[in-house]
Amino acid sequence: MYVAVKGGERAINNAHKLLAEQRRGDKDIAEIETDQIEQQLSLSVTRVMAEGSLYDRDLAALAIKQGRGDLIEAIFLMRAYRTTLPRFAFSKPIKTAEMDVSRRISATFKDLPGGQILGPTFDYTHRLLDFTLMANGEAPSEAPSGEQPVDENMPRVLDDILNYEGLIQDEPVPVEENAPVADLTREPVKFPAGRDLRLQNLSRGDEGFVLALGYSTQRGYANSHAFVGEIRYGTVSVEIEPEELGFAIDIGDIELTECETVNKFKGSKTKLPQFTRGYGLVFGQNERKAISMALVDRAMRANEMGEQIMGPAQDSEFVMEHSDNVQSTGFVEHIKLPHYVDFQGELELVRRMRAEVEERLAKSEAENGTSQPEAAE
Amino acid sequence: MTAHPAPNARTNQNRNADTPTDPQIAARQKWMSVLARTSRARLEAQWSENHSSENWTHLREPQIGMVMVRGRAGGAGQRFNLGEMTVTRCAVTLSDGTVGHSYVKGRDRIQAQYAALFDAVMLRDGSASNFIETLATEQATAKRDHARKVAATKVDFFTLVRGDD
Repeated sequence: MYVAVKGGERAINNAHKLLAEQRRGDKDIAEIETDQIEQQLSLSVTRVMAEGSLYDRDLAALAIKQGRGDLIEAIFLMRAYRTTLPRFAFSKPIKTAEMDVSRRISATFKDLPGGQILGPTFDYTHRLLDFTLMANGEAPSEAPSGEQPVDENMPRVLDDILNYEGLIQDEPVPVEENAPVADLTREPVKFPAGRDLRLQNLSRGDEGFVLALGYSTQRGYANSHAFVGEIRYGTVSVEIEPEELGFAIDIGDIELTECETVNKFKGSKTKLPQFTRGYGLVFGQNERKAISMALVDRAMRANEMGEQIMGPAQDSEFVMEHSDNVQSTGFVEHIKLPHYVDFQGELELVRRMRAEVEERLAKSEAENGTSQPEAAE
Repeated sequence: MTAHPAPNARTNQNRNADTPTDPQIAARQKWMSVLARTSRARLEAQWSENHSSENWTHLREPQIGMVMVRGRAGGAGQRFNLGEMTVTRCAVTLSDGTVGHSYVKGRDRIQAQYAALFDAVMLRDGSASNFIETLATEQATAKRDHARKVAATKVDFFTLVRGDD
């Protein structure tokens, strides 16, 4: 039960002023600009875009500044902003096969066409703090260039290489290509959920939650031993087909990370043993999230593969109902807001129950002349 | 293990499936794509230098909205909604009635307005062709420069031969 309580207005205003002051921090230190965040904290920016489910680097940088670096707060701000905008169109499905890759690796094939392209990665760094960054040291030297640019059309490991022998399942394309695509921002989620809805949910799901579930599948809470067939990160162009034009136009590039996993499938009465697939696709550069998403996507395909449900990652309803950090934080944190009346009710109830027990005890003591041991002890 | 590309891979079949047959549409698609990637400052400077005498009106004021970006499961399968992106659109009319359109990534109304203006000018008489050409070359060079830096991170595997012979 909620009742209006007045009197907090001045305190709230002053609390927000104090928040603004603390956000700014020591005034002797230069104020951080949003374009510095956009450029130099770019992985925070991409996480906020992915989980805020809105690709806009400047807005994400602003949200991070306003949220004092609290990324879930920033994601919340992005979600709130997106509700104010009209939706012009759906894009044509982006073509990750034509991605301009900045990174592309496979853990399943060493010598693959196009090669192993490391790109800007933390892998193979020693994870030692670099104090030159703190000492405002010299600007990094420019990265070296190869003689030839990287291949424009990088073959895809699963479709172009592994599928050669039919060793991996095809990605089924619905017979009706223009069948409606589920959209959790417009309709309530219903279960069982199709893969379209599951992928949308995972892509905007909390990185930590999806990571933990992905990890759980590796530790045995789902039977889907996975290899990373391919990870690619880079830019793809987005195309829409506005009605007033009647043809597709390219509206700009977005950064994406894609991961395809290869999982074992021992076959069934009707199918030969073959590899199965998990898919991860997220805004920005975030392969931790993309790999985790692919693991959980594969785990959630348990029903389709006729697998026994053994772990939480295979339970679509559990995963999808708890993956959204704005929803989760809203419900978890709301219990700190005034519940004075609810609690008064609880208080009355506990007092009444105690009184009843005490009355009963007193009565039986009077009848038997001895006290009974208390049931609660 | 050495991997061989499959000859009949589906992704190869899909490539360039949307290439239009109409050369006029293809040309317009090209310049619209170049304009969508050009900064507001660049467009504004070029317009005031070479086209400031144009008379034009907004057919549709610049408007900020979103496009829902779609992906495909496994890159080639069932479609799904990945997430939204901000987009700004605008439509302008030149004094002779030519209408230019723009849809550009982001929230820059002025960029969208100039993109629509250059679209109109290109449709009318192609009088921004050199500018578009320059921009296209710059964009291709920037892309190539980046792709060369990426190529420098390609792993060069070599095998260590052990033993005496």
